[in-house]
Amino acid sequence: MSEKGISTLGREGLILRLKEAQSKFGYVPQEVMAELAQSLEIPINEVYGVASFYSFLSTRPLGRNVIRICRSLPCYLKGAQTVIEAVEKELGIKPGETTPDGRFSFQLANCIGLCDQAPAMLINQDAHVELTPEKITQILRMYK
Amino acid sequence: MNFTQIKNRAIAEWEAQRKSDKPHILVGSATCGRAAGAGPVLEAIKATLAQHNLEATITQVGCIGLCYAEPLVDIVKPGRPRISYGNVTPEIIPQLIEDYLIHDNPRADLALGTLGEGDIEGIPKLFELPMLKPQVRIALRNCGIIDPENINQYIANGGYSGLERALSLSPEAVIEEIKKSGLRGRGGAGFPTGLKWEFCRKSPGTIKYIICNADEGDPGAFMDRSLLEGDPHAVLEGMLIGAYAIGATEGYIYVRAEYPLAIQRLKLALQQMAEYGLLGDNILGSNLSLHLKIKEGAGAFVCGEETAMMASIEGKRGMPRSRPPFPAQSGLWGKPTNINNVETWANVSAIMQRGADWYSSYGSEKSKGTKTFALAGKINRTGLIEVPMGISLEKIVYDIGGGIPGGKRFKAVQTGGPSGGCLPASQLNLPVDYESLTAAGSIMGSGGMVVMDEDTCIVDVARYFLSFTQAESCGKCVPCRLGTKQMLDMLENICRGQGKPEDIDLLLELSQRVKAGSLCALGGTAPNPVLTTIRYFREEYEAHIKEKRCPALACTELISYYILPDKCQGCGICLRDCPAEAIAGGKRMVHVIDQDKCIKCGTCLDVCPERFGAVVKVSGEEIEVPKEPVPVAAAKPNTQA
Repeated sequence: MSEKGISTLGREGLILRLKEAQSKFGYVPQEVMAELAQSLEIPINEVYGVASFYSFLSTRPLGRNVIRICRSLPCYLKGAQTVIEAVEKELGIKPGETTPDGRFSFQLANCIGLCDQAPAMLINQDAHVELTPEKITQILRMYK
Repeated sequence: MNFTQIKNRAIAEWEAQRKSDKPHILVGSATCGRAAGAGPVLEAIKATLAQHNLEATITQVGCIGLCYAEPLVDIVKPGRPRISYGNVTPEIIPQLIEDYLIHDNPRADLALGTLGEGDIEGIPKLFELPMLKPQVRIALRNCGIIDPENINQYIANGGYSGLERALSLSPEAVIEEIKKSGLRGRGGAGFPTGLKWEFCRKSPGTIKYIICNADEGDPGAFMDRSLLEGDPHAVLEGMLIGAYAIGATEGYIYVRAEYPLAIQRLKLALQQMAEYGLLGDNILGSNLSLHLKIKEGAGAFVCGEETAMMASIEGKRGMPRSRPPFPAQSGLWGKPTNINNVETWANVSAIMQRGADWYSSYGSEKSKGTKTFALAGKINRTGLIEVPMGISLEKIVYDIGGGIPGGKRFKAVQTGGPSGGCLPASQLNLPVDYESLTAAGSIMGSGGMVVMDEDTCIVDVARYFLSFTQAESCGKCVPCRLGTKQMLDMLENICRGQGKPEDIDLLLELSQRVKAGSLCALGGTAPNPVLTTIRYFREEYEAHIKEKRCPALACTELISYYILPDKCQGCGICLRDCPAEAIAGGKRMVHVIDQDKCIKCGTCLDVCPERFGAVVKVSGEEIEVPKEPVPVAAAKPNTQA
């Protein structure tokens, strides 16, 4: 590793540090990006470029709980659309939005690897499978 | 402790458990099992054992692949074969345990099958069942069998003996062995693994890297997740062997953030390896040194592409770059780098444990060994399978997968995710190997297999895949960023009934341009779903464009719902349930759908009592119905007059 020197090592850890900020604040605040840019001696636009590239990082505040419904083909074939509509109806928000009380952010994900029990979603790190519109109310109630 | 001592202890521990006079209960606790409710089942087992003062060893194992039957619980009584029970619930556990452990009734009615020596009356052997009989488990050899969190169980089952054997050979001889086995990259492209290693070994430089690609992202693919959750050491042993053969001293396992359990099990596995001297400097006293790190992805499909993955490991935006230089010459931080997929690494350890000749005895002429597939979509038995190369698609879909649910007709199977294609019924006899799938217009891909039935619109599927690649395109090169957008717009128009006659030819032309001009495989293969669906289902595209008709009755904007006046009894259920208030009617009046207000949700069709069957869904045709509600009797002049 010595050949790469200290600064490269730090640069390598940028995504990890952004993820840490994400889990601490629920998003990556601009001040954190500025701090990281300064300590790594790279332009802030480079930090923003990385933060805005990955779907698990958000540059805007997210809700306390993040719902990620799989929109990929196996889930789609098994009726994911009706589940998406049920969440929209229950929370009154569309994919990409956050409830005004900050309780939920709602996103669509590309395959979460639970195709065997489609349709599936993640809420934070919990997997919920074989979803139906009826199950949604009950599942959402578990997250405060 | 040297490795022989470690091995002897591990074997003694394994044998002691096998010969123990206590029953052994195994709970499938991969993500699939957990999601299906393995947690509460495990609690119920513990509570029941405590209640009856029974002693038993409980092990949480990975996924054996029968995901459709999760949660799975296996019970081994001393001297008896292991019995697998499927679809177990916490409610059934107290009775099952009491019946089998106390009253010696093995509950054949709840059992799927037995594993191991011996028979139990009324229960078939698990691996004689149609879904398991054609399977050969090499990469998945330990999944569902051993405790993935216990390195000793891996070692007791031959684990790390492949590394021992590799270390007794020269690195060149290891590469020869892998070449001889015929192993090709299981990530999808099928490049010969031994050759790839040789390029990297021969590349000048003292620092070299190896990477395990665990950024599984193809829709419908979950093989790598199951493998990492069920047997992480099989993958890690492969990496040690690869590092030795290539001369790498640093390595990364790049896992997608969507797989928290796989990450957790890998971390634990690395810790155990370090404790046994299987990681770090001078591994097992040899001159092999390897330091491995886990890199968690952050949600970007394109990072599965090797140059994008390396950029992401370096902490940058995960964008691919043009090749050459290939990673074997200039990869991570400009050093020679070798990337293989999870399943490839697990095959490497098996090959070194049991030999290249044994491995190459499976498979077809140019595709040796086995391949894992994730079966999903409209198929009875979803799950994870491993089959010898060359097996027919038909055997996979019908024998292993159990065919299509609900008596529906098979329409197509999609292999290779967004880079692959849709194969129709006429291709079901196709042998599954790299060359045959490519010749048929699809690819082997990483192993996702999504089955579609007659209710699936093939144009809609092509549209879906383009929307996927469009969303995941990193935007660096124009053909991928804008070409896929143009294609998506055209497909959306076709699904809406706004397609133009020249669209099919234009899609074909654009496909060729996007394939030829894109920087990486994401764009280079993105048109495949469109090309194969046009090749095999052109008439379905034409129906959408020329007749404004969706033959599968799936594209919302091309379908209409009607209430048949001679069948409607005026019960009012559809009127009450219609979310768009698009139905007019009254008591004993034939109900009428206002086509302008209808949102095509299908609620009326679902709720209309089966004995009436008055609601129909059609595409490309209009049905003569009254404009206003009329009395039920008036609509039936022939029967009521």
